[in-house]
Amino acid sequence: MKSAVILFPGSNREGDAIRALKPHGPAEIVWHGEADLPRGTDLVVLPGGFSYGDYLRCGAIAAHSPIMAAVRAHAERGGLVLGICNGFQILVEFGLLPGVLMRNAGLHFICRMQHLRVERTDAAFASAYEKGQIIRIAIAHGEGNYAADSQTIARLEGEGRVAFRYCDAAGEVTSAANPNGSINAIAGIYSERFNVLGMMPHPENLIDPLVGGTDGRGLFTSIAGSFTVAV
Amino acid sequence: MKARVFVTLRSGILDPQGKAIEGALKSLQIDGVKSVRQGKLFDVEIETLDPAAAKALLQQACQKLLANQVVEDFEVEIS
Repeated sequence: MKSAVILFPGSNREGDAIRALKPHGPAEIVWHGEADLPRGTDLVVLPGGFSYGDYLRCGAIAAHSPIMAAVRAHAERGGLVLGICNGFQILVEFGLLPGVLMRNAGLHFICRMQHLRVERTDAAFASAYEKGQIIRIAIAHGEGNYAADSQTIARLEGEGRVAFRYCDAAGEVTSAANPNGSINAIAGIYSERFNVLGMMPHPENLIDPLVGGTDGRGLFTSIAGSFTVAV
Repeated sequence: MKARVFVTLRSGILDPQGKAIEGALKSLQIDGVKSVRQGKLFDVEIETLDPAAAKALLQQACQKLLANQVVEDFEVEIS
C-alpha cells in the first residue's frame, strides 16, 4: 500500500500518520501546494493539526489548497481517503463528506483517551475490527461537535455510514460518554461509497504499547489488508 | 469601495460561545440581556465602484469561503 500524507501549513500529526503507515508500505509527505499526488498513491491521509491556525473556520482555508483537486479526483476514482481530526474538518469543508464540525458543546479543547464503538467492519477502513468492538483511542480537539441537518443525519444513519460512535467503557452510547455534543455521538463517518472516512479521534497515536495502547493499529491493518485482497 | 460582510449562525443552530458570553454578561450584572449569538464581521475593500458588481462579488466570496452554508447565513452591506 502506497500512502500520501498531505502537509498543510499548521498540520502537526503528519509524522504520527507516517509512522503508523510505514509498516504497511511506502508513505510520503506531500505539500499541499502540489497539483498532483505521487504516481500509484493508494491512500491519501489528511492529518491532524491546525491548518492555517484554524483561521476563519477549522479546515476552511486548507480545503482550497491546490492538492485538493487531486484528492477529489482520487476519491472519485474510488481511491481511499482518510481525514483525521483537522483532516476530517477539511473533508467536510471541502464537501467530500457532509455536515460540519462545530465548537465542542462544552467549549473546552478536549485532549484525552476516549472509547469508541466500531459500527461496521465491512468497510476497507475497519475490517480488522469486530462489529461492535469497543476501542480506546485518543481525542484532541476543540471543534469536533458533528452536526448536520436532520435529512443528512437520517441518510447517514439509514445508509449505515457512521463509522465510529463515542461510547463508555461498556460500549454504551450515553450523553455522559459523548465528549463534544456530536449528534448521535458520531465520531466518524463514511462517504456514500465508503472510500472516504473522516474521524475526530487519532488512531495513528495508538499503535505502540509504550504510548498507551494499540487499538488504533486495526485501522491501518484494515486499509493495508484491503489492498492485499484486491491485488 | 468599502463593504461589510456579516456571517451569523443560522437560527436553531446551537451557539455555545454565544451562550457562554450571555452567562458572563449576567455574572457581570449587565441585566436585561435576553440572549447573545456570536457571529463574524469582515471589512472588505473592493476595487469596483459599481455597488451591484460589488454585491455579486461578495456573495460569491461568501458562498465559496466566508460562510459555511450548512450552518451559517451571510449578509452583505455596501457603504
